[in-house]
Amino acid sequence: MSLINIMIDNIKVRVEEGITILDAAKGVGIKIPTLCVMPELKFAPGSCRMCVVEVVGVPALVASCAYPVKEGLEIHTNNKRVVRARKMTLEFLLASHPLDCMTCEKSGNCVLEDLAYDFGIKKSRFRQNKKQIPLDENNPFIIRDLNKCVLCGRCVEICNEIQQSNIIDFGYRGTKTEIVVEGGTDLRFSNCVFCGQCVAVCPVGALIDKEAQGKGRTWEFKKVKTTCSYCGCGCNFDFNIKEGKVVKVTSNSESVVNGINLCVKGRFGYDYIHRGDRLTTPLIKKNGKFKKASWEEAYKLISSKFTQIKKENGNNSLAVLSSAKCTNEENYLLMKFGRAVLGTNNVDHCARLCHSATVAGLAQAFGSGAMTNSIEEIADASVIYLTGSNTTENHPIIALEIKKAVTKNGAKLIVADPREIELTKYAALWLRQRPGTDVALFNGLMNVIISEGLEDKEFIAQRTEGYEELKKTVLKYNPEVVEKITGVPAEDIRKAARIYATVPTVSLIYSMGITQHTTGTDNVLSTANLSMLTGNVGKESTGVNPLRGQNNVQGACDLGALPNVYSGYQKVIDPQVQEKFSKAWGVDLSNKVGLTVVEILNAAYEGKIKGIFIMAENPAMSDPDLNHTREALKRVEFLVVSDIFMTETAELADVVLPGVTVAEKDGTITNTERRVQRIRKAVEPVGESKPEWKIICELAQKMGYNMKYNSPAEIMEEIASLTPIYGGMYYNRLEKAGLQWPCLDINHPGTKYLHKDKFTRGKGKFFAVEFKEAAELPDEEYPLILTTGRVLYHFHTGTVTRRSKGLDEIYPEALVEISPDDAKELKIEDGEFIEVASRRGKIKAKAKVTGKSGKGVVFMSFHFREAAANLLTNAALDPVAKIPEYKVCAVKIKKALIK
Amino acid sequence: MEQQIDNLLEEFTLEQIDELDKIIEKYRVEPGGIIPLLEEAQDLLGYLPINIQKQISNKTNISLSRIYGIVTFYSIFTMTPRGKHTVKVCLGTACYVRGGKKNAEIIEKEFEVKPGETTTDRRFTYETVRCLGACGLAPAIVVDGEVYGRVKPSKVKEILEQYK
Repeated sequence: MSLINIMIDNIKVRVEEGITILDAAKGVGIKIPTLCVMPELKFAPGSCRMCVVEVVGVPALVASCAYPVKEGLEIHTNNKRVVRARKMTLEFLLASHPLDCMTCEKSGNCVLEDLAYDFGIKKSRFRQNKKQIPLDENNPFIIRDLNKCVLCGRCVEICNEIQQSNIIDFGYRGTKTEIVVEGGTDLRFSNCVFCGQCVAVCPVGALIDKEAQGKGRTWEFKKVKTTCSYCGCGCNFDFNIKEGKVVKVTSNSESVVNGINLCVKGRFGYDYIHRGDRLTTPLIKKNGKFKKASWEEAYKLISSKFTQIKKENGNNSLAVLSSAKCTNEENYLLMKFGRAVLGTNNVDHCARLCHSATVAGLAQAFGSGAMTNSIEEIADASVIYLTGSNTTENHPIIALEIKKAVTKNGAKLIVADPREIELTKYAALWLRQRPGTDVALFNGLMNVIISEGLEDKEFIAQRTEGYEELKKTVLKYNPEVVEKITGVPAEDIRKAARIYATVPTVSLIYSMGITQHTTGTDNVLSTANLSMLTGNVGKESTGVNPLRGQNNVQGACDLGALPNVYSGYQKVIDPQVQEKFSKAWGVDLSNKVGLTVVEILNAAYEGKIKGIFIMAENPAMSDPDLNHTREALKRVEFLVVSDIFMTETAELADVVLPGVTVAEKDGTITNTERRVQRIRKAVEPVGESKPEWKIICELAQKMGYNMKYNSPAEIMEEIASLTPIYGGMYYNRLEKAGLQWPCLDINHPGTKYLHKDKFTRGKGKFFAVEFKEAAELPDEEYPLILTTGRVLYHFHTGTVTRRSKGLDEIYPEALVEISPDDAKELKIEDGEFIEVASRRGKIKAKAKVTGKSGKGVVFMSFHFREAAANLLTNAALDPVAKIPEYKVCAVKIKKALIK
Repeated sequence: MEQQIDNLLEEFTLEQIDELDKIIEKYRVEPGGIIPLLEEAQDLLGYLPINIQKQISNKTNISLSRIYGIVTFYSIFTMTPRGKHTVKVCLGTACYVRGGKKNAEIIEKEFEVKPGETTTDRRFTYETVRCLGACGLAPAIVVDGEVYGRVKPSKVKEILEQYK
C-alpha cells in the first residue's frame, strides 16, 4: 500500500491509500460521529448517514465509513453543510423513536442519546411517528423492542456473519421496515440460540437483557473483568456489579479469546450466584440430618476424623478429589494437602472422566497432553478434521472459529461423528461412524494415505519413531474392511484421507467423543498417528487439538490434581522430583502412584478408602453407573464435601463446607489452549462461605501443617517456583491477556503452539493400535447403543445451570434423542415418555424423535438429576487412562405408562 | 422433513411440490438465484406461504429470515393466496373524481374485501392502483388484464359476474 496526501479539515495528512475517510480522520484525532459501524467487526455498511462528510468535487455528501481515500482528496468533516445533514438525519431517527429515555435500560450507554446530546437536539421538527409493534419478550433472555430500533443492521450482521445463526434479517419496506425473525415469528419459537450477541451490539434500547431490566443504570455499575466459569474456551467478560450483587454480564471487547462473543451460558447464566439456596454455613450431619455448625467445629471434626483414620488405617485409606471448576491455586493447594498433610497420592479429579485419555495418549506420543495450537489459529487452517466434538453446543465460541474458517476463509471441514451435529451443515464431508469404532476409522484413513504414498516422508524420517510398526498394522485396514466395521463408505474414507494428506495445514479437533471409551487412549494415539503421518503438527494452525470440557480442567491437570504427577506433570515416581517437592514442602512424600477417581470409589465400595475430601465436584451425578457410585459414597466412613449448593454428592457427606462462586474470589484458571487467565473477585462471599483456598489452608493449619498465604498471587509464586511449565506465571504478567504455557521464566513470552521444531519428548512416537470393540455392545435384550453428552443450555451435572432461571426455562427437562426409524419401530411419538434401561439402571424421560441420531443410536445428556443418564452408563475403564466408557453402552427402550 | 411435506400437501398437490423441487434445483447453487426462484415458485403456486418458504430455505440453505425478508420487501411477492381473478380499481386522480372511489366501495361492500385481499371463495383478489395511464377511459377497472372504461357504479357487479 502506498502513502498518499489528502486534506482533512484543512490539515495535510499522509495516509495509506484505500483506507476509509473515517479511519484516516481517526488517525489524526478527528472524531466523526457514527451509529451503525462496528470497527471491531469490520462492519461499515454506510447506512445510518451519521458519518457523512463533504468531499470537495463530489456533489453529494458521502458516508465516511465506506468511502476510500485517494490522492488529493479534500475533506470537510464538520462544516455547516455536514452538521446540518447530520442533524436532519438525527431528527428523522428521533421522529420514529420513543422518547422514554428516563426509563430506558440503555440510557447512559445509548448511541442515539449521546448523538442527540452532542448535536443539541431536544425535539424533532417532524411529526412523532408512534409505532405500535408489540414487544418480543416471551423468551427468558432478551426483550426485543422494535419500536426503538434504528435499523442500523448491527444485530443482523453479528447474527448472520459471526454467530451464523441466521435468525434475523431486514423485512418489509420503507417506513414499515423492521428486523424480522425467521418468517415473522419471535425469538422463542425460532432456532435462536440466545447467545445475546445482538444485545451486545445494539446501539439503542431495542435489544435488552431481560433479567437485568430495572436492576440498575449503566453509570451505577462497577465492572469487573473476569473469565467465564462454564466451558474450557476461557472467554472473558465483565461482571456488572451494583450494591454488592452481580446484575448482569456484558462483553469486554479486549478479551483475547472471544472478543465480544459469548454464548447463552456466559452471557445469561450467572444468576445462580445470588440464589437463595446457596450454602452459607458449614453443615455437620448428626443422626442423618444436617445441622448448622461453625467453621471451628467443622475443622475440628474433620481434623480429628482424618487424623484418626490415618492412624488406624494408614495414609492410603484417605483420598482427595480436586475440582476442574476451582482455580489453579486451589487445585495446587488441595493436591499439596493430599500429599503433604494426608500423605497419600490418592489425588484425582473429574478430568479422569473427560480427558485423561488425552493426557495419557498425547503425553506418550508427543510428550505433553494439551491442545498443540491456539484457538485463534483454527480459523486459518486449510482443513479442519473434527471428530467426537459437538462444538456448537459444548464449546460455542470455538465453533464460531470453525464456522469462520469454512465460510470466510475457504477451509474444508471434515466431520467424523455418529450424530448429525450442527457443524455437519458446514462440512465438505461427513463420516458417520458407528459409536466406538474410531480406531478403525483412523487406521482406514492412514491405510489410504500410506498405500497411495501421500505420507510426509521427510517429517516421518526426521521427527518420529516407530513408523514401520504402525505401517504394518494399518495396512491391514483397507477402506473396505473399515467400511464393514464403521459403516462409513470406503469411498468417503478415501476422499477424506486424500484431503487430509494433501493440504498445507490441518487442525485435528476432538473432544470427548474420542476420549470417553474403553479405547480412549488408543483413539487419542490414533489422532497423534494421523497428524504425524501427514506432518501436520508443530506448525501454526496445524496440530492435534483436544477441547477440554470444564473451565479449568486443563489447569487442574497442570497443577497435579492427578495420582501420578505433581504440578507440571512431574512424576511422583521420579526420585529427583520427589526430593524437590519434599524439600519445598518440608515433609516426606510417597513415591507410590495413587488411585484414580473410579478406583477410589471402587475402593470405597470395598471399604478400603475410609475418608474422602471432595472439593466442588459431584461424582454422584457425573460418574458412570451411579447406583454403584452412590453406594460407594455412602459407604465412606467420613466424607467431606465443599461446594456452593447442596449437590447430590454433598447430600451424602458427613460435613459440608460452603465454598464460593467464580465471582467471589481471586485466582487463575487455564483454558483449553493452555492460557492462564485471571478471575477476579467481584462481590463478597455470601454468608459465611469462604474461597476454597482459604478452607484448605485453615484445615491444614488445624491438622498441624503450616500452610499460610495472604492471597492467591502468593500461591502462584510458589507454583511458579516448583513448576517449570508455569515458571513465568506471575499475577502482574497475567493481568491483560494471560499467558500460554510452557512459560518457563519471568521473561518467557508463553507458547502459542507446541512442538515447533522438536516434540516435548524429543521424537514423536507412533503407536500401532489395533481396533477393539466397545466393552458393551448391543444384543438381543439391549438392542440400542446409548451415547451421552451435553447440551448448549446446561453444564455438567446441572448444579448451577438448573438453578439459572433462564437456562432452566428454555431447556427444562431431559430428552432422549432417537432416530425416526427406531421410533417408528418402537411406535414412539415425539414428546412421549419412554423408559430407557441398561443392565445397571433405568430412567424415564421424554423422547425426541430426530434425524440427529442414526439408526440404532440414542443420545442423552447427563444434566438432569430426575433422569440421570449415568444411572445407565457403563463403568468399564480404559486400561491406561482409566476413563469410563460414557459414549457406548447397550440399552433398551419402551413406552413408559406413567411419568 | 416428512412432517413438512404433509403440511404442504394440505394446500398443494404432490405434482406442484415436485414441480417446486425442480425449480429449487434449477436455482439452488446459482448466486443471486433466490429472486427468480421465488418468482417462478409464485407463478406455480400463486403465493408463497411460510411453509413454502421453509421448504425453499431447507433445500437451498438460504436462511428463512433472508427469504422472508425478500418476500416481504418486494410487492410482487405475496404470502396470502391469490384469487382466480385479479381485479384492479384505478384510484388515480382522473378516475377518482369520475367515480372510481364509488366503484371501489361497491366491490369492498359486495365481496367483503379490502384492498390487497382475496375473497373467501378465492374467486377474486382485489387491489387498488394509482393511475393506469388510461385517464381518457376514467373511471377504469382492470380484470385479469382486460380494461373496462367509463365504468358506472351500476355496471360493476355485472362486469364481475362474467368471471366465475
